[in-house]
Amino acid sequence: MSENLYGVMGEFAEPEQLLHAARAAYHAGYRKMDAYSPYAVEGVAEAIGFHRTRVPLVVLLGGVAGAVTAYGMQWYSAVISYPLNVGGRPLHSWPAFVPITFELTILFAAIAGLIGMLAMNGLPRPYHPVFNAPEFKLASQTRFFLCIEANDHVFKAEEVREFFLSLGPVRVLEVEK
Amino acid sequence: MSTALEEPVVAPGYDSASVTEKITDVVLTRPVHRGWLAGVAVSFALLMMMNFAIAWLLIKGIGIWGVNVPVAWGFAITNFVWWIGIGHAGTFISAILLLLHQDWRTSINRFAEAMTLFAVACAGLFPLLHLGRPWVFYWVLPYPDTMGMWPQWRSALVWDVFAVSTYLAVSVIFWYVGLIPDVATMRDRAVSRPVQLIYGIMALGWRGSARHWKRFHVLYLLLAGLATPLVLSVHSVVSMDFAIAIVPGWHSTIFPPYFVAGAIFSGFAMVLTLAIPIRKFYGLQDFIRIRHLENCAKIMLATGLMVAHGYITEGFMAWYSDDKFEIYLTLNRMFGPYAPAYWLLIFCNVGVNQLLWFKKIRTNPAMLFVVAIFIQIGMWTERYVIVITSLHRDFLPSAWGIFHGTRWDWMTLIGSLGLFASLFFLFLRLLPAISISEMRDLVHENAGPPR
Repeated sequence: MSENLYGVMGEFAEPEQLLHAARAAYHAGYRKMDAYSPYAVEGVAEAIGFHRTRVPLVVLLGGVAGAVTAYGMQWYSAVISYPLNVGGRPLHSWPAFVPITFELTILFAAIAGLIGMLAMNGLPRPYHPVFNAPEFKLASQTRFFLCIEANDHVFKAEEVREFFLSLGPVRVLEVEK
Repeated sequence: MSTALEEPVVAPGYDSASVTEKITDVVLTRPVHRGWLAGVAVSFALLMMMNFAIAWLLIKGIGIWGVNVPVAWGFAITNFVWWIGIGHAGTFISAILLLLHQDWRTSINRFAEAMTLFAVACAGLFPLLHLGRPWVFYWVLPYPDTMGMWPQWRSALVWDVFAVSTYLAVSVIFWYVGLIPDVATMRDRAVSRPVQLIYGIMALGWRGSARHWKRFHVLYLLLAGLATPLVLSVHSVVSMDFAIAIVPGWHSTIFPPYFVAGAIFSGFAMVLTLAIPIRKFYGLQDFIRIRHLENCAKIMLATGLMVAHGYITEGFMAWYSDDKFEIYLTLNRMFGPYAPAYWLLIFCNVGVNQLLWFKKIRTNPAMLFVVAIFIQIGMWTERYVIVITSLHRDFLPSAWGIFHGTRWDWMTLIGSLGLFASLFFLFLRLLPAISISEMRDLVHENAGPPR
């Protein structure tokens, strides 16, 4: 086994095979792994032990921040910083502050969501070891890959290779760092 | 075409590989066609004409337009409302139809979103130019300026700035997030190194990891949820530019829903205007099918009827209010100096639209194209009538006047079509016009065992 090994990857033709392989790998005790597919295959993320994402929380926090910023800004400027008497109307005329509060809630939530999704995914990341496998190009087109990584605590390259071969893959690849 | 309803959203016989190939080949391997070059040449010439008109505007000031008191809101605001309305269909398709699980949206959402962005870009130009001094547009934004001033939060025009810029930003985010997996496909299929690098940078290193997909989908749904109230709010806020004022014909609570319906109406007309030639010239009839066109036509029919209901309500409320200014305004619209424009809009939006009741017309692309053009003309005219007829004769007869667009007005309007078309032609050549990853998912589901 070379020191330079990132992981061993099985290539599959059908999404159902990937789902099956992911479940079998988790069952066999592998934990450090990831699946790659040209579109989201339902259930695969759960099968490799990824259940919860914090994206909704980030979006919520962004929305709250937007609402507080917008309303606070309008209140501060209209009541404290630049009070302007318009025909005796109240300075804190909250109904007029609603549209901008709404818009900035949406804006901040969307921006927070985008940044949060990219940051949690570790993107942008132009280089990644999986790209070293020439066949990996197909992961964005037609094929489905499951990569069990070398730093997994029960990883043994030969065993992983055998494991993949038992699942009817198109081929099994060794991925270098 | 009696089976159009049951027609699958993608023609049979496609799998992941052939869908990917067909959509990416339009960009990556298809040679530049003479028709495309001709289209770009014409649109670019129109764009240059607009630049010329804008340059003259900046030199001379907005006096070269036909606007003056009492009609200070001529073409610029008409064009703004028209363009921003057109943008609405893109968000409607990508966000609302996604939440409603309408799988036919998949093959038209990408270019409809692009249409939204370009339409909002065109729309944004007009209020900026109408400022007279566009280089100080940032005065409408809240920033710590040396004048110690703040925007007036009670003004609908300030709301509009926030609504439109939020709409643009959220539309860009939504569009770009959806594009990430597809530009990764483009990167992996690129035939030359520079092309690979450019798509590679745009793809941000996307590798289709299951964890990434999960977060991606959660975000995509949340963005759709955020964009849904947003799209309804934007044209509502635009309509408040009018409804907040006390001018007869504008001061009405029906404006927000009536404007939103009109926006989706004209937006779907633009979707058809673009989809019908695209599917023909790029051979995408297998993905953008008659069923898609028919569904768009049905939405047009429904929103068109809502708009017609708006016209009736306006007339009824004028009579019911017993307000002599409102009554005069309504009669002046129908029989005054702008009567031809009023009857043109009724003919297009209420008359021609009724053709869509007939299935023969809904399933005939050539006829639909003609209807869509009529509706766009009708919707532009509607905004023209709303803006001009209310302003030109308001309360004091001594302050009445007549407005006519000058050649500079027309050059800017027609030139903005050139800007829109130029951007769209570039988009068709540079990015996948149909969402590849969603199409793969769709063909896989369709190929699976019957559900």
